[in-house]
Amino acid sequence: MADLQQAAEGKAQSHAGERYFMRFTRAQRYMHAVLFTTFLGLAATGLPMRFSESFWARRFASGVGGFGTIIFFHKFFAVVLTVAFLIHLKEVFTRGLVHREKGIFWGNTSMVANWKDVKDLFSHMRWFLGLGLKPQFERYAYWEKFDYWAVFWGMIVIGFSGYAMWFAPFFARFLPGWALNAVLVIHSEEGLLAILFIFSIHFVNTHLRPDSFPMDMVIFTGVESEEEFKIKRPEEYQRVAAEGKLETRLAVKPPLWLLNFSKAVGYTSIFIGLLLLVLTLSAYFGS
Amino acid sequence: MKTASSIALAFGALLVFAIPRVAQADLDCLGCHGDKVDAGVFGASLHGSLKCGDCHSTIKDYPHPDPATPVKCESCHTGEAEGLVGSVHANRAEHPCTSCHGDAHAIFPKSDPRSAVYPLNIPRTCGNCHGNDALANKHGLPNVYPMYLDSIHGFALSREGLLVAANCQSCHGSHHILSHTNPQSPTYKSNIPKTCGSCHAGITANYLGGVHGKAVASGNLNAPVCSDCHTAHAILQPTEASFRMQSTPICGSCHKDKLSTYRDTFHSQLGSLGGYVETARCWDCHGAHDVLPASDPKSPIAPANLVATCGKCHAGANTSFVQYQPHANARNRKLNPALFYTRLFMNLLLAGVLTFFVIHTILWLVRSRYQQVKTRSAKGGNNG
Repeated sequence: MADLQQAAEGKAQSHAGERYFMRFTRAQRYMHAVLFTTFLGLAATGLPMRFSESFWARRFASGVGGFGTIIFFHKFFAVVLTVAFLIHLKEVFTRGLVHREKGIFWGNTSMVANWKDVKDLFSHMRWFLGLGLKPQFERYAYWEKFDYWAVFWGMIVIGFSGYAMWFAPFFARFLPGWALNAVLVIHSEEGLLAILFIFSIHFVNTHLRPDSFPMDMVIFTGVESEEEFKIKRPEEYQRVAAEGKLETRLAVKPPLWLLNFSKAVGYTSIFIGLLLLVLTLSAYFGS
Repeated sequence: MKTASSIALAFGALLVFAIPRVAQADLDCLGCHGDKVDAGVFGASLHGSLKCGDCHSTIKDYPHPDPATPVKCESCHTGEAEGLVGSVHANRAEHPCTSCHGDAHAIFPKSDPRSAVYPLNIPRTCGNCHGNDALANKHGLPNVYPMYLDSIHGFALSREGLLVAANCQSCHGSHHILSHTNPQSPTYKSNIPKTCGSCHAGITANYLGGVHGKAVASGNLNAPVCSDCHTAHAILQPTEASFRMQSTPICGSCHKDKLSTYRDTFHSQLGSLGGYVETARCWDCHGAHDVLPASDPKSPIAPANLVATCGKCHAGANTSFVQYQPHANARNRKLNPALFYTRLFMNLLLAGVLTFFVIHTILWLVRSRYQQVKTRSAKGGNNG
């Protein structure tokens, strides 16, 4: 949390109107930007290979210069994403193991699932059915942690199987023969899962649901209004308030250009994502 | 003056000898028929030494009956006439000699570029009929002329002027053309290797040593001959992208299970996108003409040869690398258990995660919307 507080420092100023609070650091927002641009790129270049018999795959391929172009960009995005993933790993280990920062591997602010997440999941679903009260979420809700770990796991699985195909003769030195067959199945199924999940579940859970519709801007601007903070993460709000640290999280209202820029980027990404989702489903059920 | 008179003499001689072989009696015929028969061309033609009456034998006097009785070429050309009997062109009314040989008064030897049956002219001559959609439909034949023109044989002939390039009659013969359904025809399925082999001797020898060649030779007409893979008329250069793109399904039309498992692999996925025709197609691994089973040590897919075969594309291929199965079937538990369970696990993961979250998200959406509407109406009520 130290970096969050630092980032917020100096920006805190008293507002006559609504107050804004910092949720994501600049580095985290950039990481998400790299993640979703490379993911869109990987999906757009991976799907034509997965569904190479479909009409749109061939049209797309012939439009961009054939398979050679597609695989070039697929590998390019893969390398960029791998570098981003390694940077993230380094960041986590530096903060958690070198600086011994609390709350990285366990606790209210950790990405690691805990007993509260299990309880939240069940009480959330009871609330869906009108059988109970809405749970009070902490900094990261259970579905956000799931998103994080799904990407984390996907990165390892898709990355490993992808590099195994890219450098097959090298990997064949220590992998059994059938593994070379399996990596394509793993790569394409896991990739398909990631694409279907992100372009449907993540889009709706995070951006398109009524509370955030049409888009949750916090991942782009880094800040959210006090009301949003209270409603979406009441337990975190109360905890930070109880610790008397609310002031350290204060931030300025995002400037209009940033909002507009974020909207342009965000809507474009969601549009591309939904388009790819439709193409995927049409190829999946059409074949 | 001497020069002038010798020029005059030469000019006179030219006048006399320019039509050297046309006799006086025939000059009488030309008096009327000069518009149809060019005495100069006729005189230079193969039949230039013949008199009109030699062919138009029923015409003795003038005036003579009109129309004249058709000329009987077979009175001299007995061999050719016998050849036509039983052929697809046997009907002389529909296919007079002139339909192929052209103007009867301008017949030249087939080695003469002026001849309608000169090798470079044959496709155009045959194309007069076989490039005609109406005729093709009438006889249930494909319109082969445009296909041939765009084929490698057609290019060699029309672009390079290559006399040895296969033209129509190289494969079909000339007078005794038989339907490909006739076992005597050079285009009958089992005769095709021999027909193509009359030029492509080396390839045919390879082919006859492979499984397909042996099968056809033993009477199995389901096995492919040259034209099954290369087509008959629209033959492409096999290294050409379009041939590489079109040919895998041809092998797959018989080897259906192999095509299906090939389609599951990366070789097929990227191969079908185009722009990357190098991707392994059937014959890159199996060989094209001398296809042999993996059990044959000479086969490129014999275990001992796999490193070399895969290594053609995959630099660094090793014995472990070639354990890869280019036709693995992830749906077959007995053949590929590891792959079967990998796929099963991945599918269960995919279906499980999506099913749970789709239900979760739909319930959430409905509940959130309900809550939102309720809150708003409550607020509206308060304000009012």
